Order: sequence, then C-alpha cells, then structure tokens
Amino acid sequence: MIAEIGLAALWLAAALAVLELLGGFLGARDENNELTALVRPAAVMQGVLCGVSFLALVYLFAVTDLSVKLVAANSHSMKPLAFKLSGAWANHEGSMLLWITVMALAGGLIAFIERRLPEKTMMATLGTQAFVGLGFYLFILLASNPFERLSPVPADGNGLNPLLQDMGVSFHPPTLYIGYVGLSVAFSFALGALLTRQVTPEFARVMRPWVLGSWIFLTIGITAGSYWAYYELGWGGWWFWDPVENASLMPWLAATALLHSASVLAARDALRTWTIMLGVVAFSMSMVGTFLVRSGILTSVHAFAVDPERGSFILALLALYIGGALVVFAMRANTIAEGQRFALLSREGALVVNNVALSAILGIVLLGTLYPLLTEAFDVRVSVGPPYFNPVSAIFFLPMLVVLAVGPLLRWRTDNFARIKWPVIAIGVASLVALAVVLVFFDTSVLSLLGMGLSIGVAVASFLPLKGRAIRRVPLAVWGMCIAHFGVALALFGVAADTAFQKERLVAVSPGDTVEVGPWEATLASVSPVAGPNWTAMQGDIFVSYQGGEQTETLPQARSFWAPPGETSEVALVTRWNGQLYVALGNMAEDGRWQLRLWWKPFVTWIWYGGLLIALGGCLALVGRVVSDLRRRKAEQREEAMRTEEAELASA
Amino acid sequence: MKRLRYSLWIIVGLAAALFGLFAYQLTQPKDEFVESAMVGEPMPDFELPPAVQDRPGLSRADLADGTPKLLNIFASWCIPCAAEAPQLAALERRGANIVGVAIRDRPEDVQRFLAIYGNPFSRIGRDDISEVQLSIGSSGVPETFVIDGSGTITYQHIGDIRDRDVPTLLEELRKAGG
Repeated sequence: MIAEIGLAALWLAAALAVLELLGGFLGARDENNELTALVRPAAVMQGVLCGVSFLALVYLFAVTDLSVKLVAANSHSMKPLAFKLSGAWANHEGSMLLWITVMALAGGLIAFIERRLPEKTMMATLGTQAFVGLGFYLFILLASNPFERLSPVPADGNGLNPLLQDMGVSFHPPTLYIGYVGLSVAFSFALGALLTRQVTPEFARVMRPWVLGSWIFLTIGITAGSYWAYYELGWGGWWFWDPVENASLMPWLAATALLHSASVLAARDALRTWTIMLGVVAFSMSMVGTFLVRSGILTSVHAFAVDPERGSFILALLALYIGGALVVFAMRANTIAEGQRFALLSREGALVVNNVALSAILGIVLLGTLYPLLTEAFDVRVSVGPPYFNPVSAIFFLPMLVVLAVGPLLRWRTDNFARIKWPVIAIGVASLVALAVVLVFFDTSVLSLLGMGLSIGVAVASFLPLKGRAIRRVPLAVWGMCIAHFGVALALFGVAADTAFQKERLVAVSPGDTVEVGPWEATLASVSPVAGPNWTAMQGDIFVSYQGGEQTETLPQARSFWAPPGETSEVALVTRWNGQLYVALGNMAEDGRWQLRLWWKPFVTWIWYGGLLIALGGCLALVGRVVSDLRRRKAEQREEAMRTEEAELASA
Repeated sequence: MKRLRYSLWIIVGLAAALFGLFAYQLTQPKDEFVESAMVGEPMPDFELPPAVQDRPGLSRADLADGTPKLLNIFASWCIPCAAEAPQLAALERRGANIVGVAIRDRPEDVQRFLAIYGNPFSRIGRDDISEVQLSIGSSGVPETFVIDGSGTITYQHIGDIRDRDVPTLLEELRKAGG
C-alpha cells in the first residue's frame, strides 16, 4: 500500500508539472492568462507530493518490505537501521527519486517565497523548472520506477555493497544531490530572465542565494566524499580524478564562477551575458555528471547501473535541456544590452580573471574526463590521470590564487595600483619567505613548493580586506568571503604539504615487531578476530607513538561482509594538529606475518578543514545576504506605507 | 554584435558534437576484452607462494626454464573457470605444461575446486592482491597466456577456453617452442 501511495504521489506530481509548464509559459507571454494563478500552487504541491513519495520509499527500506523489488535488491533484514535508511538512495532508482524530490522542493520554495522579480519572469522561470522536472519525472516513472513490486517475495534481500555501509555514505549523496539539483533553480532563473529580457541586477540578487546555497552543499558534499574515499577505500589518497569525482567538481567550478559573476552583476550591472551563460552551464554540468555516472559510459569505481537504455533516456533529456538552453542563449544573447563598463584594474577586472581561470579549469577537467571516451571511438584506449590533471589545472589555478589574494583589495569600477601597493607587497613578502623556507629546508617538487608559498600569501591576503574597517560593522558577507578565501589557503597548504612530505611504508610484520614511518613508531601487539552485526573482521592491535612520546592504541580492521559478500579495509587514523597517521591492515602472508600499510600524512587534515571553512564562509555570506535583503524589503515596505499615508493625508 | 552571435553558435555545435559522441558510445557494445599490452614482452619479475600444499608456488624463474608453458589465471570462485576445466585437462593430456595463478582465493577453496574439477597444473601461485594478474595486463578470470621458454609472453586468450580454442592454444605453444 505504501509503495502504491508513493507511486501515485509521483504521478500526481508529474501531472502538476504539466500544468505548471503550460501555465508558466502562457503566463510568460501574458500574465493575465487564467492558468497563471495555478502555477505557484502547482509548484508548491509538487514539492509536497515528491516529499511524500520519497518518505514512502524511506519507510519501505526502514521496514525492509521485500515485496518491493528495489528493497529486495539493495537491502537486507540484518542490516543496521541507519544503513537501511541510506539504502533508499544508495541505488539508481532511489537516487533519481531523491533528485526529483530536491528539484520539486526547490521549485516549490521559489514559487512560495520569491516575489521580487517581474511576474512574467517568474512565470518563465517556473515554466522552465517544470519543463526540466517533467523529463526527470518521465525518466523515473517509465524507466526507473523505485516502487516496482516483486513476485514471488524473496526470503531475504541482497544487501548493500559493503563499501557503501558507512555513515559517510548516508549523508554524502543527499548533500551532493541538493547541490547538483539546487543549481536547476539558477538554470531556470537564467532562462526565465533571458526569455523575458530581464537580465538585471535584481535578477542576480534573486538568483544569488540559490547559487550560494547549492554551492555550500556541493562544497560540503565534495569535501565529505573526499574524506570518505580517503578512509574507506584504504588507498590513502584523497582525490583520484575519477570521472565521478570530476562529475561533482565540474558543477562546483561552474557554480563558483557563477557566484562571483552574479556578485558583479548584482553590485555593478556588468557581466550580464556571462552570468546567464554560467547559470546555464552550472546545471548542465550537473546533468552531464549524472549522465556519466548513471549510463555507465565511463569506467569508474562509482558506476552502479550500467544500462544503455537508461543512458539513452538521460542522454535525450540532456540534449533537449542543454541543447535547448544553448540555442535559446545563442538566439537571445545579443538582445542583452551591454552592461556597465569597468577598467582592467578593478574589482570587476579581478573577478573576470577569476571567472576565466575557473572556466578554463572546468574545460580542462571536462576534456580530461571525456578524452578516454573520445579516443575509444577511434579504438585507442587511454586513461587520463593525475599526470595530466595536476599540472594542467595548476597553470590556471596558480594565477587564480594571485588574483584571489589581490582582487578583494581593489575598488569597483576602477582603481590605481599605488593605493594597494603596501598590502600587495606584504602578500608577496609572505609568499616569498614561505617559499624560501621550504626551498632551503626541504626537497620538494616545484608544484608543492609554489603551493606552499602561495597558500601562505593567500592566508595573509584573505584577511586584508578587513583592514581599516570597524570590525563590528563588517558585513557578514565580507566575513564570509574572508573565511572562504582563508579556507582555500588552508586546503591548498594541506594538499601541497601532504604531497611533499608524505611518508609511506608497506611491511609484513609479526606480533611484537616495530616499524618506523616518519616521526612515528608502530608496534603490532596482536591480531584477533572480531564480529559485527553483518561482518567479521581481523583486527590488528597496534601501539603507535609520535617521536617516542606517549603510546596510542589503534585498531585497524580487514572486514569481510557476508550479505552481499565483500571486503573492506577499516583503517585506523591517529590525528594530530599537524597531520594524520593512517594505518591499514592487509592480509596474512604464508609465513604468518601480517601486511601492514602505514602512512604519515603531514597536514592532510587541513584539506578538509579548508573545505569546511569554504562552506562556512558560504553560509555566512548567505545569511548576510538574506538578512540584508529582508531589511531592505522591510525598509521599502515602510517607505511605501509612509508614501500611501502621505498621499491619503494629502487627499483628505 | 554579429560576431558574438557566431561564436555562440560554435558552443551549440560543440555541445551537439558531444551529444553525438555520447550517443555513439552508448550504442557501442561495452568491450570487455581488453588485450594486454604485455604480449610480446618478457614476464615481469614476481614470486608467488604456493596456493595448495601439493603443488609448488610460481616465480619468474619457473617460467624461463626453457619449456614453453600455458599460464592460466583462475579462481575457485569463478564459474567460467570450472567450465574450462575439461579443456585444460585435454590440453594437459596433449602435452601442454600448465601453470596456474589463483586470484584472491583461499587455499581450502582452491583445494576443493581442484578436487572436483581436476588439477592440470604443475605449479600454482597464490596471488591474493592480483599483483601478477595486473602486471601482465589481465583484466579478469579466466585468462590464459602462452609463455615461451625464455619467459616472454607470446599469446593471450581472454575468457574461458572452449573446445575450438584447444587446437589454437596447442599451435601457439608449438610456435613458442620453435
């Protein structure tokens, strides 16, 4: 019954999307059309219905209703409850339902609260949102129904891939999806503004919190995903340039660029065409990413459902939406009047450089991700990895960091170098001193060296915009920018230091043996079997000490799951402020010794702290923007009220 | 303004080309037979412990002892490996010297597998982390390589050995011997 309610809610939502689509586009032509009044309620109800449908699926997983095919295929009655729940979205059908639910909720929310734009623009925006949504409703209902029943009912389910039985996975996909799909709002706003010729600073102000919100979720999702891969896969790496990682990075790069160009449009009424373009590109990258993951067209550790039929369906949607948006853009772009002009040396100029660099990195990542697909068409198999991505993206990343350091110090419109001479010199000196220290005391690669030098410079620069301001009066959005930029410096330092100073040992040891790795000493005390709810494991009991100090006990495990069968490595981590010791237990060798893999990773945790700070900066900016928007709106209302009062008094 | 418009259509064209590529690749059957780039190359250096008690392990030196051999990559958990057992037995009867590498397996499971399906192997190495498999460019189980007397890979057979493959493999072995 619950499954049927979920399915019915989804069909109803799809029907409402048709109504919203028709009403939206008719309303964009003539706002007095009768259907126009139904558009906003239709959008809100879709959000509610999709929420019901998603909760129904989560409930089915919670009670392990094995008469539902998806539950039987992906869950197991013996699984802990948290993983039963996360099982609802850790599969193709469930994740697509999550996708459309987030999209419908976002569409409902803008329909409910957003009243600042001209009504015609809003109608075109909601119509676009419904048009995109409709494709995904059809995809779920026709090609990936999560509520399909199974007959006969099996005795028990297949279980969930052991790699995915982890708390990280419970939150990683929903976070990323909210980010991915939240960008659909930016896409719809961009097309709405384009179709009704309303590319104005007001449009940028309305769109910005949505971009910011999605971007925060993407940032957290990518950071969490990177940490999950780091401790769960047992390889000790935190970024693999895997196609699916790239699929989440590309929308993030586009959203970061969009965020900055929307700020220029909102503050200075410049970069109009460019902002629209990025709005289209950001969500397009989300869709391309979903296509790459879901079609199984690229080989990746993440590709779950390899199904050409579903792949063709998503490809058709992709061609329709991205192709359609680009055609509309190409046809309409020259109706957008040129915005305000600005000098090269100005805040706008710096943001343009930032945008160009981010877009270039986006292009590099896209090319690297798709290149194997291209050469395969000519029967050449290649694999593109860090040797391409690292240096080529660094070419654009390093100049971008310089602009990131200097840009916030510049004034809007035009500026002269003499005014910011001293802060720039301070940043330069900080970078050069850091560079010299690393160069003299350590032997590292050029990229790590530049990374460490620049990260110190950026760290200093990130708080310079606060100079000369009364600290208590600094707007939240400026704090947000400073903290996010500082987060970039922190993450960059972590990346460079980990790459430069990492120590690795792979040894076979018997109980009682001691191994050294960097400043650490590790002694294997014993290895013993342990059992969990749906796995058994060999657990190493290893005592480690940093520079001969106090001993800490670590318990890495090699786990074997039985439903479905699989093995994972549960690494043990010892975190200090200046890095992490990573201990992974391998198999037993013939002679009774155990394989032990140890890494000392200096400052590696700073990568994720940096990621979280970037997200925190985004949150502060979001709160600051929303609060100041509300204040402005209230002030406008008060003014309006006073004016009517005056008018009434005058007429009386 | 006119120039801007053309450059925008270029973006549309690029997107169309991309979708074309996607569509083409979707219709292509997923090719699971990835030929090893190691054919024609000498075997890399390795040393594997024995997988079962009654057969010795396998190292690079064992493959360069002057006699050409078949190197069979298998596992007890692999169903096509059971299906190719009669063909391996036939190859052994017709004089092939076959050595095995058991991939990610347990000794007791290998023992049971060989007890049921027969043991055509003169040596079986135990490769718990697929190191040898990866180093010779094998992407799955089962696969069979022909190694000449000097330890050079001369031929690769991907997938299970069917009846019709037996003469081919014998011919390849003969070529490797001469």
